[in-house]
Amino acid sequence: MSQFAINLLFVGGSFLLYIGIAVWAKAGSTSDFYVAGGGVHPVTNGMAIGADWMSAASFISMAGLIAAGGYANSTFLMGWTGGYVLLAMLLAPYLRKFGKFTVPEFIGDRYYSSNARLVAVICLIVASVTYVIGQMAGAGVAFSRFLEVDSTNGLIIAAIVVFIYAVMGGMKGITYTQVAQYCVLIVAYTIPAVFISLQLTGNPIPGLGMFSTHTESGLPLLTKLNQVITDLGFNQYTADVDNKLNMVLFTLSLMIGTAGLPHVIIRFFTVPKVSDARWSGGWALVFIALLYLTAPAVASMARLNLMTTIYPEGTQAQPIEYDQRPGWIATWEETGLIKYEDKNNDGRIQLYNDNNAEFADTAAERGWAGNEMVVNNDILVLANPEIANLPGWVIGLIAAGGLAAALSTAAGLLLAISSAVSHDLIKGRLNPNISDKGELLAARISMAVAIVVATWLGANPPGFAAQVVALAFGIAGASLFPALMMGIFSKRVNNVGAISGMLAGLTFTLVYIFTYKGWLFIPGTNTLADTPENWVLGISPLSIGAIGAIVNFAVAFGVSKVTAEPPVEIQELVESVRYPRGAGTAHDH
Amino acid sequence: MSGHSYDAENYWKSNLRLIFGSLIVWALVSYGAAILLRPMLAGIEVGGTDLGFWFAQQGSIITFIILIFFYAWRMNKIDEKFGVHEEK
Repeated sequence: MSQFAINLLFVGGSFLLYIGIAVWAKAGSTSDFYVAGGGVHPVTNGMAIGADWMSAASFISMAGLIAAGGYANSTFLMGWTGGYVLLAMLLAPYLRKFGKFTVPEFIGDRYYSSNARLVAVICLIVASVTYVIGQMAGAGVAFSRFLEVDSTNGLIIAAIVVFIYAVMGGMKGITYTQVAQYCVLIVAYTIPAVFISLQLTGNPIPGLGMFSTHTESGLPLLTKLNQVITDLGFNQYTADVDNKLNMVLFTLSLMIGTAGLPHVIIRFFTVPKVSDARWSGGWALVFIALLYLTAPAVASMARLNLMTTIYPEGTQAQPIEYDQRPGWIATWEETGLIKYEDKNNDGRIQLYNDNNAEFADTAAERGWAGNEMVVNNDILVLANPEIANLPGWVIGLIAAGGLAAALSTAAGLLLAISSAVSHDLIKGRLNPNISDKGELLAARISMAVAIVVATWLGANPPGFAAQVVALAFGIAGASLFPALMMGIFSKRVNNVGAISGMLAGLTFTLVYIFTYKGWLFIPGTNTLADTPENWVLGISPLSIGAIGAIVNFAVAFGVSKVTAEPPVEIQELVESVRYPRGAGTAHDH
Repeated sequence: MSGHSYDAENYWKSNLRLIFGSLIVWALVSYGAAILLRPMLAGIEVGGTDLGFWFAQQGSIITFIILIFFYAWRMNKIDEKFGVHEEK
C-alpha cells in the first residue's frame, strides 16, 4: 500500500468516527448545545479538556520551539500547564456553581451591567477568533502535506467535518468527539516518541529516556546534545537565561492567559457538580501532561537526531553530501519548510550557527561560508517518524493526530464564539424573549457563520497570524482573568471598577504590543523596533499580559473604593457562588 | 442565621488558606526552582543536567497535577465538615 493510501485510511477512518459520534450525540436543547446537558463525567470531561486545550500549537509546534530554544523555551511547558492550577482553585468551581452557560453571562450578572457583559463578549470573540485562525491554517498544512491536496481544499474538507459534528451536536457532540480525538492524538504523539527513545537510550518511556544515557556515546543524552550543538557554535541546550524577569513574566502571562481563555472555562460548566469541576481540572492536567512530559523528550531527541543525520561521522568530520541526504529531507524541501543553499559549493550540507561571532573563526577554518540549511521548527513532530525510519502506518497516525489536535481545538473555540453570539448577544441583548428552540437555531446559525469566517481567515491568514497568539493570551490574561477572579474573591469590586479595570488592562496590553509589533499589526507602523534593547526593563511584548493583569486589578480596586459598593443582592450572589451546596446542572434562568 | 454565617465565614477562610498554601508551592516549583533559584540548585545533578532544568521541563508539571488533586480532595473534605457539600 502506498504512503498516500495509508494516510487516507487513517485520516478518513478518524473522520468517520467523529461523524458517527456526532450522529449519536445530537443536541436536542440549548442545554445540550451549550453544556452537553450538564451530565459529563469528570474524567471524560478532563479528556475532552485535554483535546480542547492541546491545539496544533501544542501538537505540532511546541516540541520544535523547545528543540530550538532548549531551556529558555520551558516557559511554554510551565505556562500552558500551570494555568490549570489557577483554573481549578480560583475559577472553575465557583463559575460552575454560578451555573450559567457562558463566561460573559457571569461577568454581566456579577457586575450588574450589560455593558460589562458586552466588553466580555468582545474580548472573548477577539481572543477566540485569533486562536481559531491558527487551528484552521494548521489543519490546512497537515492536509496538504499528508493527503497531497492543496491547503485550501484541505481546509475546506476540515471545515465540512467540523461543521457536521459541531453544528449538529453542539457541546454534546464536541465533548464526545474530543474524547475520541484525544485518544487519536495522544497515541499518535507517543508511539514515535517511544520508538525514538528506545533507539537512542533503550528506555521505552521518552520522559525518562531524556534524562538517561545515550546508548551510542555512553554519555547522558543531554550532555551529548550539549556537546554536539556547542561544537557547531550553538548555545548549550540547557544554558540558563540572562533575563529572568522576562522569563518569569512570560510564564505568568501564559498561565493567566490559559486560565482566562473562555473555551477552556466553559468546559467546566458541563460536569454535574462543583466537586466534579475540581476533579476535572486535575484529570485535564493528567491528560495534558501525558503529552507535555513527552514533548521535551521529543524536542531534545529530535534535535540530536537531526544533528547526527547531518553529521553522521561526528561534528569534527565532514557533514553529509547533499545527494546522499535522506528521503524525508527531500520531501520537506518540496513544502518549503526545509531550505538548502550550497553557499561554499562543496556539495555538502553545513548546518551550524553563523550568528555566533566566536564561532566565525572555526567556521572559516573549516571552509564554511554560512549556514546552508534552514529547518522550520514546525516540521519536527510531523517528520519525527521519518527521521527515525519508522514504518508507514506511524506516519499515517501522525497525520490523523495532527488533524485531531487542530480540529478539536477549533470546535471548542467555535462553540465559545457561537454561544457568546447566540446567548449573550441575541438572547441577552437583542431578543430576550426568544424561545429555546429559536435560540438553538440561532446558536447553530452563528456556529455555521463562525466556521465560514474561520475557514476564510485560515485560507487567507492575515500577515500577522503568528503575532496574534500573544494577543489572545494578552486579552484573556489582562482582561477576563482578573475580572472573573475579582468577581468571586471580592464583594467590593463594583460595575464601574470592573469595567474600568478590564478596559485599562486591555488598553495597556494592546498599546505595549502595538508599540513593538505595529499598530493593529500593520507592518512598519511600530513605534519602536521589536528588539530586547528597546523593551522596557527587558520585558518582551509577549510577556506584557502579566503586567496588564496587575494594571487591571489595581484600577478595579482603586475605582471601586471611591464609588458605591455593589447592591446587597450582588453581594449575596458572590456569597452563593462560594458555597457548593445547591448547584443544579447549568441552566438558563 | 448568625450561626450559619459564622460557619460560612470560617469555611471561606479555610478555602483561602488552602489556596494560599497551594499557590506558594505552585510558585516555588515554577518561578522558584525552575527559573529564579536555578543557579542555586545548579550543583544538584539530574540525568546530565541540573535540578532546575528538570523542574522547568517536567518537575513543575508533575507538581501541578499533585497540587490540583490535593486541593480537590482537601476541599471536598472541608465542604463536608462545614456541611456545604452538594446533595447527592
